[in-house]
Amino acid sequence: MHITQGTFSFLPALSDEQITAQAKYCLEKGWSLNIEFTDDPHPRNTYWEMWGTPMFDLKDPAGLMYELAECRKVHAGRAYIRVSAFDATPGWESLRLSFITDRPAEEPGFMLERQERGGRMIAYTTRAYAADRPAGARY
Amino acid sequence: MDANPDTKIDLDAAYLRSGVAEILDELDRELVGLRPVKLRIREIAARLLIDRLRREFGAGGQAPTLHMSFTGNPGTGKTTVALRMADILHRLGYIRTNQLVSVTRDDLVGQYIGHTAPKTKEILKKAMGGVLFIDEAYYLYRPENERDYGQESIEILLQVMEQRRDDLVVILAGYADRMDRFFTANPGFRSRVAHHIDFPDYGDEELFAIAEKMLASQHDRFDDGAAAAFRDYIAARRRQPHFANARSIRNALDRARLRQAVRLFEGRGRPMPVSDLITLVADDILRSRVFDHARAEEQP
Repeated sequence: MHITQGTFSFLPALSDEQITAQAKYCLEKGWSLNIEFTDDPHPRNTYWEMWGTPMFDLKDPAGLMYELAECRKVHAGRAYIRVSAFDATPGWESLRLSFITDRPAEEPGFMLERQERGGRMIAYTTRAYAADRPAGARY
Repeated sequence: MDANPDTKIDLDAAYLRSGVAEILDELDRELVGLRPVKLRIREIAARLLIDRLRREFGAGGQAPTLHMSFTGNPGTGKTTVALRMADILHRLGYIRTNQLVSVTRDDLVGQYIGHTAPKTKEILKKAMGGVLFIDEAYYLYRPENERDYGQESIEILLQVMEQRRDDLVVILAGYADRMDRFFTANPGFRSRVAHHIDFPDYGDEELFAIAEKMLASQHDRFDDGAAAAFRDYIAARRRQPHFANARSIRNALDRARLRQAVRLFEGRGRPMPVSDLITLVADDILRSRVFDHARAEEQP
């Protein structure tokens, strides 16, 4: 199951060139870039692991691509990697954009669990198949 | 597009369009002397222009390596030229931003195990797209301490200089003899740095021209007596130890300004024309200790 989230979630995977262009856009806006990764695909999993520190001083997308390449060396094919852009302007102080750049080679998808409750009520839970295994060994 | 050998290229038009002429003129105007340096910059500019044309006409040509090493005595303009290099390369279209990140050993090398690599990478990332200027680069390598973290920093630098040639231009600067020792100990560096530029010492006339430029930038000037005195000062200063070319001149001017301020202050009882505020007179220069030393040497 192809998981999508964030900006460009409706587009096919971005090429490196396109990622560079997006990073350039963010830098021109004065946002700082971050690289995050996770192996827990649940949509409510908001806080991903950070790859290194936020890149506050970056002036050129080459720095991001360098870090992304480093991150891919470790996590490519075994985790989701996303790039996010943080806007520090007073009043915003939050993420302005984030998009997935890399995903695991195989995405087994989600199990829909139905829990029977009193009065024929049903509670639904989604659980990632990947999450059956311990963190770090999921993909 | 394949190269068509018969296509005529208007080199002159391309030269004018690129704005290279303007950059080189500006360099000639604003920097005194430094003939070999200007010559090399001219060569680099020509090479970049030709490369760009080759790409335009589909005749191949890949961006050259532009890592540089500036060597020379103290005060010969290494840092000044490096600061301009970012601007020049940016206007020639070789680098994407005209930013120059200026660092020394402290910015690259960490203080404990595992601190150096992230620190160096952070700086490299920051500098990408522009120029990384490493002042007094020989400090990176400390042969007397084999567990020095500088070596780690050097390895990362070399790797990035090699793999990310399109993203980063590294300029190393330092005194000639120490840089030589540095390159001997790190042969990888010497071969990855394409341009070794040696900054010559300034002649007396060049130093005087520099002094005048420095004064003009502060809206000061010499009167006739001061100009003559300063020429003598340069000749005398050169014979004394720790002579640092343009830096010595700058310091001399700063001290002359101090003496000028004291002189004006002491004569505050009477009305004074505004021009006095911006004029250095012979006495401001002649009271320098340099002349005492010079006189002492003459009559041992």
